[in-house]
Amino acid sequence: MSRLSFWVPRPLFSLFLAVLWLFMVNSFSVAQVILGIGLGLLIPFSTHRFWPEKSSLRHPLPLLRYFLVLLWDIICSNLIVARRIIGRTEHLSPGFITYPVSLEDEFAITLLASTISLTPGTVTTHYDTQARTLLIHVLHIDNEQALIDQIRTRYEQPLQEIFQ
Amino acid sequence: MNTLPWLLELIIALFILIGALVALLGSIGLARLPDFYMRLHGPTKASTLGVGCTLIGSLLYFSFLTEGISVQEAIITLFLFVTAPASAHMMAKAALHRRVRCVDKTLNVPWKDQ
Repeated sequence: MSRLSFWVPRPLFSLFLAVLWLFMVNSFSVAQVILGIGLGLLIPFSTHRFWPEKSSLRHPLPLLRYFLVLLWDIICSNLIVARRIIGRTEHLSPGFITYPVSLEDEFAITLLASTISLTPGTVTTHYDTQARTLLIHVLHIDNEQALIDQIRTRYEQPLQEIFQ
Repeated sequence: MNTLPWLLELIIALFILIGALVALLGSIGLARLPDFYMRLHGPTKASTLGVGCTLIGSLLYFSFLTEGISVQEAIITLFLFVTAPASAHMMAKAALHRRVRCVDKTLNVPWKDQ
């Protein structure tokens, strides 16, 4: 490990933090820029040991498309869940499903789990590292296999392409 | 102080109203759904969209009223979308660990097949 990568383990993340800080304080004075850069250097340096291995983001453009799809799905899922909440709750058949993950990258798995939590009536409850499965609670199960297939084609496969 | 054109005012009002309505629905869900796991679905979804809409309204309002675009709302939305699944996951995991009771009709309860 070179000296530079010891002090600045994640240069892109440092830059991101500095920019985020400037937007958050909403001022671009020299003092804030210095403070932002300072935080951007300090936070990755003091926390990088807790983090999983660096993930390789190969294709940034599909990631943007993925987030747009996700945004649309969040809006749709809100409508679906809202209808189920207002409707008769006795007709709901909640349940747990086990979803086998084929992603390798830890960050990609985190993204997948978060996506599942944000979309139609599903919340990720547990990730089994040995069996490599996600335990998902579903508000209303119509067809278990269809739901698994939907998650696989709509979210997991794009993520697989992005993080290959 | 600048005044807003009426069309913009209408759009902002719509966003804030939709946001409030969605947040209300989420709260109704919290009160009506029968068990802990089902109640988790409310806050992860309804609140993200509800607060998201309110923030878009706020973003438009302050961007037009003051000079320059106000990006703080966009950052709040980002934080919300990143943290909501994490907190839902932690609560669900704790509930799973303690085997919090769920409604009888729940399918594939993980601690019952073992």
